[in-house]
Amino acid sequence: MRDLTQGIRARGGIGESTLRPDGTLKVSGEFAYASDLWHEDMLWGFTLRSPHAHARILSVDVTEALRTAGVHAVMTHDDLPAETRYGLEIKDTPVLADGVVRHHGEPVALVAADHPETARRAAAKIKVEYAQLPVVTDEKTATAPGAPLLHPARDDAHARHSPHPNIVHRQPVVRGDVAAARELADVVVRGEYEMGMQDQAFLGPESGLAVPAEDGGVDLYISTQWLHADRRQVAPVIGLPEDKVRMTLSGVGGAFGGREDLSMQAHACLLALRTGKPVKIVYNRFESFFGHVHRHPAKLVYEHGATRDGTLLYVRCRIVLDGGAYASSSPAVVGNAASLAVGPYVVDNVDVEALALYTNNPPCGAMRGFGAVQACFAYEAQMDRVAAELGMDPVEFRQRNAMAQGAVMPTGQVVDSPAPVAELLRRVKAMPLPPERQWETAGGAPDLRALPGGLSNTTHGEGVVRGIGYAVGIKNVGFSEGFDDYSTARVRLEVVGGEPVATVHTAMAEVGQGGVTVHAQIARTELGVARVTINPADTRVGSAGSTSASRQTYVTGGAVKRACEAVREEVLELGRARFGPYHPAWATAELLLEDGKVVTDGGEVLADLVDVLEDAYVERELEWRHRPTEPFDLRTGQGRGHVQYSFAAHRAVVEVDTELGLVKVVELACAQDVGKALNPLSVTGQIQGGSTQGLGLAVMEEIVVDPATAKVRNPSFTDYLIPTILDTPAIPVDILELADEHAPYGLRGVGEAPTLSSTPAVVAAIRQATGLAVRRVPVRPEHLTGT
Amino acid sequence: MDFLRPTGWEEALALKAEHPTAVPIAGGTDVMVEINFDHRRPQQLLDLTRIGELRTWETGEESVRLGAAVPYARIIGQLRTELPGLALAARTVGSPQIRNRGTVGGNLGAASPAGDAHPALLAAGAVVEAGSVRGTRMIPVDSFYTGVKRNALAPDELIRAVHIQRADGPQQFSKVGTRNAMVIAVCAFGLALHPRTRTVRTGIGSAAPTPVRAVAAEEFLAAALEEGRCWDTGRPVPPSAARQFAELASGACSPIDDVRGSAAYRRRAVGVMARRTLDWAWHEYRTDGDGVQQCA
Repeated sequence: MRDLTQGIRARGGIGESTLRPDGTLKVSGEFAYASDLWHEDMLWGFTLRSPHAHARILSVDVTEALRTAGVHAVMTHDDLPAETRYGLEIKDTPVLADGVVRHHGEPVALVAADHPETARRAAAKIKVEYAQLPVVTDEKTATAPGAPLLHPARDDAHARHSPHPNIVHRQPVVRGDVAAARELADVVVRGEYEMGMQDQAFLGPESGLAVPAEDGGVDLYISTQWLHADRRQVAPVIGLPEDKVRMTLSGVGGAFGGREDLSMQAHACLLALRTGKPVKIVYNRFESFFGHVHRHPAKLVYEHGATRDGTLLYVRCRIVLDGGAYASSSPAVVGNAASLAVGPYVVDNVDVEALALYTNNPPCGAMRGFGAVQACFAYEAQMDRVAAELGMDPVEFRQRNAMAQGAVMPTGQVVDSPAPVAELLRRVKAMPLPPERQWETAGGAPDLRALPGGLSNTTHGEGVVRGIGYAVGIKNVGFSEGFDDYSTARVRLEVVGGEPVATVHTAMAEVGQGGVTVHAQIARTELGVARVTINPADTRVGSAGSTSASRQTYVTGGAVKRACEAVREEVLELGRARFGPYHPAWATAELLLEDGKVVTDGGEVLADLVDVLEDAYVERELEWRHRPTEPFDLRTGQGRGHVQYSFAAHRAVVEVDTELGLVKVVELACAQDVGKALNPLSVTGQIQGGSTQGLGLAVMEEIVVDPATAKVRNPSFTDYLIPTILDTPAIPVDILELADEHAPYGLRGVGEAPTLSSTPAVVAAIRQATGLAVRRVPVRPEHLTGT
Repeated sequence: MDFLRPTGWEEALALKAEHPTAVPIAGGTDVMVEINFDHRRPQQLLDLTRIGELRTWETGEESVRLGAAVPYARIIGQLRTELPGLALAARTVGSPQIRNRGTVGGNLGAASPAGDAHPALLAAGAVVEAGSVRGTRMIPVDSFYTGVKRNALAPDELIRAVHIQRADGPQQFSKVGTRNAMVIAVCAFGLALHPRTRTVRTGIGSAAPTPVRAVAAEEFLAAALEEGRCWDTGRPVPPSAARQFAELASGACSPIDDVRGSAAYRRRAVGVMARRTLDWAWHEYRTDGDGVQQCA
């Protein structure tokens, strides 16, 4: 495999594990998050939310709230100055409830006061009279005759082809002849699966500060995933042109998809413009659970058919995603679930249907893995069951059907870069297994930390059975289905203090993924400078697209690289003009920038950058695009819908206390192809983080929604559990670097793939340990003990 | 909200008498969460952190008098010999930060059925020392819990200390949560063997409206051990007796289905923990110095 980065060398350049500037600050608690923002004379905003999942608002009385000392403004739907709805893909979300609330926690009114507690108490004095309406909570209730319609007057782009008004979007993918293939199958396995609602559970809750400006505009300092998408949605709501709405990224404490939609952005701007004062809004953890969308819960039905020799003949499946009350990114999630429903396998006959519902449950949208997570849990469970039916080793069965470069997806798209699925499986299987019974110590007393239940002292080895499970997944990288997924970068090279310095300016949201580190590495590599300044991300530069879909290093990294190349060309032109007449190599040799100098590919130094630039600076801003994609056909799902695919495989080793149903994940090994690891340390961190998030989904993370009332039952970290360090096993990572020649440096998006296969690998291991057919995640002790 | 800051015990009692609805606060690990979530909004908070004696303990012949505001971290570090069951329970409380601040007095004051200290206190045998301007009242822990998050304190009373019997035999504590650390109890079980009186005591957490003892299980096991001359001989507990003990412990539960777990699971888990903790405690009894001597 060709290394697309051969010959590139720069200290602190790509391929090195340079340290991130925010790392130490975050660990030591000194990093300034958006919740730390402060402004002289600022007010605090608070959001009054609906206690019901579906109700008509009969009246709202804000008199008492307005009378409260310290309160500067109270706003309801009636006070909105311009557009009253917004949305990422479909404008169906009210800025403030407009006569109806459609989910528990929907914003109803806003208060601005001089103290957050005053705002909260004033909000409690707003009298809202509700008349509760019946709720729809699943496919059956949502599509029953006479079911209440969430959006009866919908006229969005998907409404026309949707089979029911309570179905946001439906995407079939059909290929080959499933009925004929079924006749030939020796083994048919049918299974029903269910996934609960996972939360992103980012550590920094939603927060931002809106400052009214003298020109009538507003400056918003905000923790988000995509500044320009926020601006596009906020500006019409506050009735200002986009150039009067300026946004600057403030410290982001994680995102995982949960900051793609607006939360408090429009609210803070509305209050700031209304009061003429800076307004800060910070959600607490409780409110955060209502303040962002979650991962779609899913019900999946799969049927696999195979021949006796272990060849997959067909896959038929139906994936029903619960989108909740508003669309958010449900249509794109459906597209992903449908197009990736079969997994990284060659299957000639496919009949897939994926859809997302409108219900009165909490709205669901983007979360790491984005539709591919739900499918992977089900198809990997199926792969194990088919292998068992065939009497084959589950890894061997997967390898036999694994796709490789050149394979055709069920969408008809040819996979035109490396797809080392079988190799990734081989690698995780070849890793040494962790020793058995690691809780046993020389002294006799067991090391509780190594046992299910941990320090809670539930077992000293009794009932503990080990299991091993494997899974592999496929995730698309970048925005799909014809979306114009570009990014903008501005790069400047100049001499500062006698030294060449590069400045990189993008609107890329650094949400913890390490993008700012990578941008500096790219600039050092391309421009041969030691010092790189990364400007704060804001809307003074063009859009960088979303920090989503594992795309930022690819797309904004690509834009930075391209802008650096343009700067380099111009610098070399300057050099040729200045020094060309004195040395023929300026005209004849291939020139590089290294260590602050212009050098020939033979290593001869032609000039110092400082002398080439003198007092001049070179600056370029440009947009960069990956290869275009196209929409999926609405009936057949055919189309080159995705930019790039990424693959990861996991082997999970678990120990289950079979009497108590408690699980200890002992090890979660991962092998992933990343094309090119621009920063190996960051890549390892992404893989370990993604694997851990998948582990959380496997054994503990779920927002529990009462099916009778559609109300959230556990909106706190007391009862929404995420893995602690004691729940997080050793995660050995094997990184493959097979270049994708279509991508900058050959890289492949990293962040999401490890979240996919982690969950099914852990569950497969639990199944092996317990012999139970676990069909739902997160796995609860009740499921493993029949209680 | 008024923040009352007495510097001594008598002043604290006077303030509590004057403001019976004042909520005492020491570590704040429960009270502050309640306030932050807006679950309660007391008129006054009565800060006990300036009263030094509440953070001390005295080890007597029979019992440890544990000041109400001794944090869990201290119990783990310094009282694990005298109060092994409580120290095991303390290890399962929250995170290191919470264990540095949270107190047994707070657990008793909150009287949540999920409080980690309760099963250990019930099993060891403990008496709550409550004070008021009217005087001191000693309340056996068995009758301290009166309902969900309710206790036997009068409105003017404060918890000054807990008198916990020093361990005269092995003690165990086990807690089920759906995470391997930092988790609130789905259910918990405490067990203490009392070789001196040849009795067994238990405590069950999170599986009934209040923390409870499994009295029938205790009596059954004590009788079975007596009948089998197990205390003297150190003989293993007959498996049938262990099973019956576990079943009776399960039967002592009156759990509910909630977001943390099902009632059926809680009943089952209490039984499993009862059997296992008995196994561990009895093994320790048989192999420890005391047990071996008695076997001989």
